Amino acid sequence: MSTNTLLDLVAALAAGRIRLVDLTQTLSPDFPPIVLPPEMGQSWPFRIEEASRYDERGPGWYWNNLSFGEHTGTHFDAPIHWISGRDLPNNATDTIPVEHMIAPAVVIDCSQEAAADADFLLTVDFVRSWETRHGPIPPRAWVLMRTDWSKRSDPVAYQNFDETGQHTPGPDAEVVQFLIRERDCIGFGSESIGTDAGQGFHLQPPYPCHYFMHGAGRYGLQCLCNLDLLPPTGAVLICPPLKIKQGSGSPLRVLALVPAP
Amino acid sequence: MGSHRSPYDDVALAVPVTVPYVRYSIRGAHWFFAQALAETVRRAGIDKDRVDGLCVSSFSLAPDTAVGLIQHLGLSPRWLDHIPMGGASGIVALRRAARAVQCGDAGIVACIAADTNHPDTFRQNTANFSQFARDAVYPYGAGGPNASFAMLTAHYLRTHAARAEDFGKICVAQRDNALRFPYALFKKKLTLDEYLTARPIAEPLRLFDCVMPCAGAESFLVMRRDIAADLGLPHARLAATIERHNAFPADPIQIRGGWSRDRDDLYAQAGVAPSDIDFLETYDDYPVITLMQIEELGFCGPGEGAEFIRSHDLTVEGSFPLNTSGGQLSVGQAGAAGGSLGLVEALRQLTGAALGAAVPKATTGLVSGFGMINYDRGLCSGAAILTAGAES
Amino acid sequence: MSVAPARPRRKNPILRTRLPTVPPAARSRVALGLTAAAALGRFELQVCLACGAVQYPPREACHICLSDRLEWRAQDGAGELLADSVVHHSQELFFRERGPWRLGLVKLACGPSVVAHLHGNCPAAPARVRVSSTLDKAGQAVLAAFAEQETPTMTDDRQLREMTCDPRARKILVTDGKTAVGRAVVEQLAAAGAEIIWVGHAEPWKKFPGFDALRAIKQATLMPLDVTDSQSVTELAGEIGGKVDIVVNTAEHHRNFGIEARSGLDVARAEMDVNYFGLLRLAQAFGPALRARGADGQASAVAWVNLLSIFALTNFPPHGTFSASKAAAYSLSQCLRAEMLPAGIRVINLFPGPIDDEWNQLILPPKLAPSALAAALVKAMREGVEDVYPGDIAQDWLARWRDNPKVLERELAAGA
Repeated sequence: MSTNTLLDLVAALAAGRIRLVDLTQTLSPDFPPIVLPPEMGQSWPFRIEEASRYDERGPGWYWNNLSFGEHTGTHFDAPIHWISGRDLPNNATDTIPVEHMIAPAVVIDCSQEAAADADFLLTVDFVRSWETRHGPIPPRAWVLMRTDWSKRSDPVAYQNFDETGQHTPGPDAEVVQFLIRERDCIGFGSESIGTDAGQGFHLQPPYPCHYFMHGAGRYGLQCLCNLDLLPPTGAVLICPPLKIKQGSGSPLRVLALVPAP
Repeated sequence: MGSHRSPYDDVALAVPVTVPYVRYSIRGAHWFFAQALAETVRRAGIDKDRVDGLCVSSFSLAPDTAVGLIQHLGLSPRWLDHIPMGGASGIVALRRAARAVQCGDAGIVACIAADTNHPDTFRQNTANFSQFARDAVYPYGAGGPNASFAMLTAHYLRTHAARAEDFGKICVAQRDNALRFPYALFKKKLTLDEYLTARPIAEPLRLFDCVMPCAGAESFLVMRRDIAADLGLPHARLAATIERHNAFPADPIQIRGGWSRDRDDLYAQAGVAPSDIDFLETYDDYPVITLMQIEELGFCGPGEGAEFIRSHDLTVEGSFPLNTSGGQLSVGQAGAAGGSLGLVEALRQLTGAALGAAVPKATTGLVSGFGMINYDRGLCSGAAILTAGAES
Repeated sequence: MSVAPARPRRKNPILRTRLPTVPPAARSRVALGLTAAAALGRFELQVCLACGAVQYPPREACHICLSDRLEWRAQDGAGELLADSVVHHSQELFFRERGPWRLGLVKLACGPSVVAHLHGNCPAAPARVRVSSTLDKAGQAVLAAFAEQETPTMTDDRQLREMTCDPRARKILVTDGKTAVGRAVVEQLAAAGAEIIWVGHAEPWKKFPGFDALRAIKQATLMPLDVTDSQSVTELAGEIGGKVDIVVNTAEHHRNFGIEARSGLDVARAEMDVNYFGLLRLAQAFGPALRARGADGQASAVAWVNLLSIFALTNFPPHGTFSASKAAAYSLSQCLRAEMLPAGIRVINLFPGPIDDEWNQLILPPKLAPSALAAALVKAMREGVEDVYPGDIAQDWLARWRDNPKVLERELAAGA
């Protein structure tokens, strides 16, 4: 029975009845990393050092050595990443149940609001309004906040700093708690650097998405792209992070299975 | 009165040999030494073993010194010396060899100066000539000795009543002398106008103020007179010598080469005066040094050299025969052999064996040596007075 | 005669690029004492401590009394030009390509006679002149004589100009223009007549003060450059490397930690990645073209400038990991210098004391203003100096270090 379902899945993929959408940004040195105040430990940007390129260092082959932080590029946040989740069981990238790595996803379109206001905050009302059109958010689903922020190819615009800090959209404290308690979501995903808004430090508590999600053993996905290619409901995400010992997160490939229209 | 010096009564010079000069040679310096020695023993009518003393001078023998040359040529001398004094080497070699044969430390000494010349030889020699030259002269234009002597010449012209024409007269006269000398590399007559308008090398020196480096060798034998007589060799007698190095360190620029410090000893030892000298062979790497030698060796007073030149005929048959084979300026400078060119020519003149024109009735000749611009001045100087010996 | 050079004409791209040659570079060990002083912009000769005689050329023992107690001491260079000449025929390629070459013999008032290059304004002998020491294109000290009365610049003399790294009419890369020092350097290079200044900046999303002022400088062009990113460095070198005459590496990461004050390696790694590996990346990427253009006409490649720190000589424990990264950069810069010497490219190192910026906030004055540092840089470029210790603290530390580096180490450990 289950074997047939799997074969059906493969056949559907081959026939195009199920599409694969890549929600992952390319890892390159140009991709902006998260920036903390100078006194803090920093997350490394993605760097590539050639080991050889069909040359005297290795005539027949090309390969690189890489350096990056656990939270570089399109990446996964595990509960251990935040202080509120540090004591939970199975909270690191090597201990998270693998069953959680394939899950349904809903996409809440805030692109117009984010275009008008870089500090746009997703609220409970906005979600309820979305639910009137698309139905209730199912349990154990990813809630992805579509802002089209990934279309900002200029790193300056993507980071969007001014003298008061970073200005990117995100959820407010109430909607995060709502999604956890009332909708049992598996995690929150965003297109910008950080699941929390750029000004999230000033919310109560600071960085509420990280605080509450990880405190409840839920996950985060950041720097997603192509959310505009996903239906509001019905997509399934495949997002296994690297199995890093006690890892707080990792860059990863995020794939979405989408029924073809 | 000067210092007491033992006389050279019984010292003889014989067998003047020149290995013909060539501009460039693929041979090593050892070949030129061998040629000189072979011709020497052939003309002397002796086996090479009979030469039991050797004095060597060369800039291009490295990594060998006289020691390597010994085994190279199959010699077993009981007296060996290596004189690295450039243009003063011939005079100094003669001084060393003379005392050796007088004391019986050697019987027959061959004094040979030889150098090869490849296209890059001169540059390599001058680039690494001495520590002071490398540290404090060569980096300034890399002009070699031409640059240093240009400044000496400029200073001399500025501080004496001398003109370029005076220097030119020396070069023209020596060229005339050289036209009759078979080994001279320069074979064309030189006019004063050509001298004055030749291309500048290092101002104020022009092309004909400078010698042409080449390959070749000069050699002579030193022995006691009785041995020369036994061998039936025409010979000259050694009357006097002097030698002085770094003579005037306090002079801010070289205005004196060194001879004036010991000149009186030279004439006293020989028992002659400048007026008794029949011909003068100076070390002539540049005309200004010839002028210094004329002044310092007492032929005129200090600063009177230019006037002396103007008032004398310097050709072989003239009133003051100077560099009778043409000097280095017209014959060529075969490295260290330039320091023996004058001695070998003087020996020929005094034994009636001149290859070119002969100085009429020559009985007394003065040969001067000079060399080694270690930094800003030539350090080595020397002179010898030779007289005609008995004909064999 | 001396004439200020006109703006160089554009190069004909079809013509072969002349390869660099350098003047004779061989020197004995004692003579290198002259070079060591000239590297700091000083003219020093050996003086006998026993009898006071001044020595030249440099040597192992006094030429008057044979004492070996010879000490290098500053000289004022006053002297009389006794003779001069113009060399038309030189034995070395460098001078053959640039001849004819003027030189002279000067009797110094302090005693020795010296051979010297002559500045174009130096009259013919006899004349009163002043001799100074400078580094030539081979990176070795040479003496040069100037007319006594005037104070001409070396840059307006045909022969001596090549011994300097004058920024005028040159195309310059300043690797980080975002810092106060970087901005001051760009401003002063522009004022000194640079033709183009490419101004590197990383993390473009971080706006920095003075950004607009930089963009207002006519010669300045902002270019993305992150010295921690090999691809960024390689790309910029590919784009402009063939035109750069001077690289001024101002990129610096400076924090205030020793060993105990910060757990983990992240700060120290960032300091090494910018201060040491950044230099290595830049040198690998820009070095080859710089070397090839060492004799490329009037506007040739001439210099590589490193912003080091006086902390590179001896570790300043409160900024201990920063000091170590600067020491690593200093060592590497010596390697760079050796590799650049045959091409006649001068590596200039700046060793400022604490700069008056945020990372030295808690250090007591005197601190070096960025503008003063930039002025010292331009001066060093014009005068042919290669080791620059600008400001009072740098001079003080240098004197202590030269006197006894171990004593300085203890003084700094005690928080002196």
